[in-house]
Amino acid sequence: MEYIFSLEFIYLIASVTYILGLKMLGHPETARKGNLIAAAGMTLAIIGTIFLYQGEVSSIIYILIGIAILIGTIIGWLVAKKVGMTKMPELVSLFNGMGGASAALIGLIEFHHYIGDQLSILTIIAGMIIGSVSFSGSMIAWAKLNGTLNKPIRLPKYNILNNVFLLAILGFGAFIIISGSDSSLFLYLLFFAALAYGILFVLPIGGADMPVVISLLNSFTGLAAAFGGFLYGNMVMLTGGILVGSAGTILTLAMCKAMNRPLSNVIFGAFGEGSKAVAGDGN
Amino acid sequence: MTEFIDFISNNLQMIYIVILMIFVGVEVIGHVPAVLHTPLMSGANAIHGVVIIGAILVMLGAEPDNILALSLGFVAVLLGTLNVVGGFVVTDRMLEMFKKKK
Repeated sequence: MEYIFSLEFIYLIASVTYILGLKMLGHPETARKGNLIAAAGMTLAIIGTIFLYQGEVSSIIYILIGIAILIGTIIGWLVAKKVGMTKMPELVSLFNGMGGASAALIGLIEFHHYIGDQLSILTIIAGMIIGSVSFSGSMIAWAKLNGTLNKPIRLPKYNILNNVFLLAILGFGAFIIISGSDSSLFLYLLFFAALAYGILFVLPIGGADMPVVISLLNSFTGLAAAFGGFLYGNMVMLTGGILVGSAGTILTLAMCKAMNRPLSNVIFGAFGEGSKAVAGDGN
Repeated sequence: MTEFIDFISNNLQMIYIVILMIFVGVEVIGHVPAVLHTPLMSGANAIHGVVIIGAILVMLGAEPDNILALSLGFVAVLLGTLNVVGGFVVTDRMLEMFKKKK
């Protein structure tokens, strides 16, 4: 009987609502109900986490959490309700970036609490890198759809440059993990480098391809959330994150297929002529 | 090598979940009509807002005098809430639009 009221059980229910919600979102008749079911599961998980937490917590922290949730709810609700129909994809990108930023911040805070535990540091660093890339990438995608940045900006050889930069970031991350360094400087350097990579990653991609990119970044954020789940051994973060990570990847590929273009072409090869030729090939 | 085997056996439950969830995610999205791609993306976007649970855990575990952790955690909870609330509301509005069309 006690189990029924425990947090683990709430997380189990929430995980099921996410799967059910996504499944129902895939059919036109049930889509709206599916969204509401997932939202209910999410609310339950959040309330359960706050009120069933084991341990001493000072009331000021509860107040801070309450204020943060209240502000977030009001702003999120108003913005989502007021936005015009054509502006919705860019709003999704914006919210996706918020999730990525949240994951990155968790990494920044928790890094110093887990020094010496290599596996935890690995999950923290991985979640932080992915979250940061997702955040800055989503912001660029948002700006592009918004019309603020409507021209693809392309440095010569940007593919090679970007990939070398990515390898450098991963190498630096591996160095921090293996050396067991507790340097804040390194951590913040890595954080800003990952942010820069997100910008460089999305900047060369044309505005018309943004939905695919947003979907890809969406699955990145899912992955970042899943790393958080690993860190805390938190099942609902793990299931939700992995679910979105895998579903988002498949969705990205499906969107590419609907456009008759391979994903690599969207990300790496979106040169004016090249993409036209490929788009023309499809039938 | 022993470390690797230790890792597997210590985290067996999570590894099971990861593998099964990957397949569930793939199956759930299979054969979705193209018109639903955007709402589905938006719905998935709201679900990864589950990261807010991590942000709340950070706050609950922080010392009350650790200003840096508390302020970063505050921002993390706020951004996570934006992701969750905004994500679900926007998805609902997209789907509402669908209904009117029919």
